[in-house]
Amino acid sequence: MSGENIKLKIRSLRKTYGSVVALDSADIDLRDGEFLTLLGPSGSGKSTLLWAVAGLNDPDSGQIWIDGREATHLPPFQREIGMVFQNYALFPHMTIGQNIGFPLEMRKMNRIDREKAVMRVLDMVKLGHVAARYPQELSGGQQQRIALARAFVYEPSIILMDEPLGALDKKLRDHLQLEIKHLHEQLGVTIMYVTHDQEEAMVMSDRICLMNNARVEQIGTPEDLYFRPSTVFAADFLGESNLVDGVIREANGNGSSVEIGGAGLTRALPNPNLGVGERVKLMTRPEAIDVLGTGESRPNEVSGTLREVIVGGGATKLFVELQGGATMRVTQLTRGAAERLSPGAELRLGWEQHAAVVLKHAELESEL
Amino acid sequence: MNIATQDGSRAPSRLSRLVTRHGRIAPALLFLAVFFVLPVSMLFGLSFLDSDGTLTLEHYQRLWDKPVYMKVLGITLKTAAWTTALCILGGYPIAYLLATVAKTTRARLTILVLMPFWTSFLVRTFAWIVLLGRKGAVNTFLLDIGVIEQPIKMIFNFTGVMIGMSHALMPLAVLTMLSVMEGIDANLSKAGSTMGARGGQTFWRVYFPLSVPGIAAGGMLVFITSLGFFITPALLGGARDSMIVQTIIFQIKEILNWGFAGAIGVLLMVAVLIIFFVYDKLLGLSTLSGGEAKRATSLSKNPIGYVGAQVGGMFTRGMGTLFEWIGLAIERIFPRRADKRHADSGRIAIWAVGLLMMAFLALPALFIIPVSFTESGFLGWPPQGFSLKWYQALADTPVWANAALRSFTVAILASSLGMLLGVPAAFMLARSSFSGKGAVFAFLVSPIIIPNIFIAVGLFFLYAKIGLVGTTIGLILGHTVLAIPYVVITVLAVVKGYDQNLDMAAFTLGANRKQTLLRVTLPMIRSGMIAAFMFAFIISFDELTIALFVTGGEVTTLPKQMWDDALLRVSPALAAVATLLLLFMSAFILVSEIIKRRAAKRS
Repeated sequence: MSGENIKLKIRSLRKTYGSVVALDSADIDLRDGEFLTLLGPSGSGKSTLLWAVAGLNDPDSGQIWIDGREATHLPPFQREIGMVFQNYALFPHMTIGQNIGFPLEMRKMNRIDREKAVMRVLDMVKLGHVAARYPQELSGGQQQRIALARAFVYEPSIILMDEPLGALDKKLRDHLQLEIKHLHEQLGVTIMYVTHDQEEAMVMSDRICLMNNARVEQIGTPEDLYFRPSTVFAADFLGESNLVDGVIREANGNGSSVEIGGAGLTRALPNPNLGVGERVKLMTRPEAIDVLGTGESRPNEVSGTLREVIVGGGATKLFVELQGGATMRVTQLTRGAAERLSPGAELRLGWEQHAAVVLKHAELESEL
Repeated sequence: MNIATQDGSRAPSRLSRLVTRHGRIAPALLFLAVFFVLPVSMLFGLSFLDSDGTLTLEHYQRLWDKPVYMKVLGITLKTAAWTTALCILGGYPIAYLLATVAKTTRARLTILVLMPFWTSFLVRTFAWIVLLGRKGAVNTFLLDIGVIEQPIKMIFNFTGVMIGMSHALMPLAVLTMLSVMEGIDANLSKAGSTMGARGGQTFWRVYFPLSVPGIAAGGMLVFITSLGFFITPALLGGARDSMIVQTIIFQIKEILNWGFAGAIGVLLMVAVLIIFFVYDKLLGLSTLSGGEAKRATSLSKNPIGYVGAQVGGMFTRGMGTLFEWIGLAIERIFPRRADKRHADSGRIAIWAVGLLMMAFLALPALFIIPVSFTESGFLGWPPQGFSLKWYQALADTPVWANAALRSFTVAILASSLGMLLGVPAAFMLARSSFSGKGAVFAFLVSPIIIPNIFIAVGLFFLYAKIGLVGTTIGLILGHTVLAIPYVVITVLAVVKGYDQNLDMAAFTLGANRKQTLLRVTLPMIRSGMIAAFMFAFIISFDELTIALFVTGGEVTTLPKQMWDDALLRVSPALAAVATLLLLFMSAFILVSEIIKRRAAKRS
């Protein structure tokens, strides 16, 4: 990746509110045309980071570069950015047309060009007929599409979105996720997106920046984060995971061998940061674990007792107590009652080496 | 509908519901009918009767024929219009500042606005005499530093009236505008700036248009209230600044011409109603209580609204561009650097103006205090020496102690009675739905919208018939009329904010209605109830207009006694009374604010 197509460069950014550190030592590069999502629980600093990029809060230290130009302490109106707010922030006293025309008017575009541009983006969000209406006359989903149109119309360098779908119901949210994704692909704009919904982040993003406790926890593609989380927090926050205590017995470039309590030695992906003898958590995804029938085998196998079966629609969850006392969750496609296993059964579980990740030992704050 | 209707023995449920409803709201309605509607109607009725009691329009004929009354109406309207303009201009920066600072800062700064709001009009007017008089603090200061050689005449003329009235009513404008501004989403201005709008553009194009309903509501309330003013023009104005209420007082107190006084009252009332009507057509009356303004869409359909919107649009665009140029010029001189933190100059300017205006509201009353310790027999600045003799003089004159005691008793009893009548009514307004609810609410709060003078004169006339003039009872009943609206408004807000599921929870846990009320509901809304009581207390304690008419002889209240004294001469003794009053009221307001805050925290 060469230097000139970095749209946004953030270096050791820090922001405090009184004695509370809201954001600390954030380093992020956003590439041209990229869709990057800031994901994290509330209070993790994702909105603080986004607002600092927008110029809506003044960072304590660090730098922000937009299009190769330093913008750390510039006011928002000098940054050439666009922003979509969670509550839409449409001006209630202006019509839809005036709302979308506002940024163009601020850029001294003449009226005729302005009206053309407004109609163009309105057609783009399939709301060409509402230009003369007021925001209150539209539904929530329509208002959010107008807010998107207003941010796209002046083709800003970066578009920032602060939980833009947070106030909508699930169905509409799913629909608009795809719509935003398609707009992004069609127009090739650069988007920085904030959400606390991991599924939304997975669906939409080129890369996800996972945040926790005012810091960047991990940046990577959705696949990276899902299959190769770098911390226990990341593994737990995205999707479901089995985190089993273990100790590394052998480690090299091909993989790590981990002894999990009472269940023997298992092979996992290599982790150069963790050496022999270290206490770790072994992470597996429940859907990557198979219940083995007679004659079947996998590189990693453990046995245990089925304690509980929960049918949740399309997927069935099995809770299996291993011999060492740890519990593993297994997700299967739901089958008919006749084929279903019942609690008490003795099972063999197995998984591939690449489905297992060793992580530095840490206790989760929200242990169930 | 249900089993009860089929089963004859339980049929009266609907009737009994009706009775319980009326049982809660009827006393308040009845009370206002007798002590508010009846006297005010009697007064207006009188305006159509001659001295023999036959129907006539002679009073109105006289109003029309004698140019002096139209002239006084003109002065009244002019004074009210100027007061309104000054209150909005001066109050807007305060309201804007309060609406845009952090919540805790807002709570603290709001007290600076509330204190003068609830400090006696009389005390504040005296303070201006101390400050602006010939030998007042301002003239003395300007003479000392040599800016002027002769004292400037700042009071007993229109300037004095303007200073006094805008000072008196600015808090009202601020609080009304603030209630609208608090509802403006802060993200809108932020959104404006991310789209490339400079501070000035964001303010004029986004914030200001959204705050217009607040300006209109604040302006409207200030205007209507100014129309009924007489304390300030009487004490700070000259002979030519007399307002219409002073004419009414003169007609009744000096000439005893009830019919004609009533006719002047009708004239004022008509003016008020016309203003209300126009306002409602343009913006909708609900904005007065902080409700949403009529939609821009419905506004553009009526011609006045359409022209207004066009002119307003041109104005805001013009101001936006002007301020953008100013911003650009400032940036040209002091370019913004991306690598350094900047102080926000616009914000600093707002703080400076806002604090200056708040100082104008809060500080003058304090000048009363040093003057009350003077050794001299005159109100001059600076006070001479230090002496307690004026306080001694107060202690030696039983009339002051008696007046204070009466004010206190009357206030306690009037606010208690107001609570007794207002609280059940507020509960019903908050919790049940019935047709005409809006009208009932409007009726219950109408005593604070209608100039007090009507209530005062009407009560005077009614009391004269039934022998209540000059009695403490009469005064208490009169003050209760004013207390009810405040109690209803305050308690209504508290009860509306109360989560009724808590009551439901108590019922399911086995508590009956009474137990639920005593153990769950009341403890939760106690602070709000105390606040309502204190509100009503202050209204009565500080009330002058009704006291002016229905008291007499020995029966006097503190404001009435101060007023009578002030008409003769504003002396250091009066400053001593005002100081004591100021301290008492300040303590009272602080306590009620603290209680209110605590209530707000809990809900």
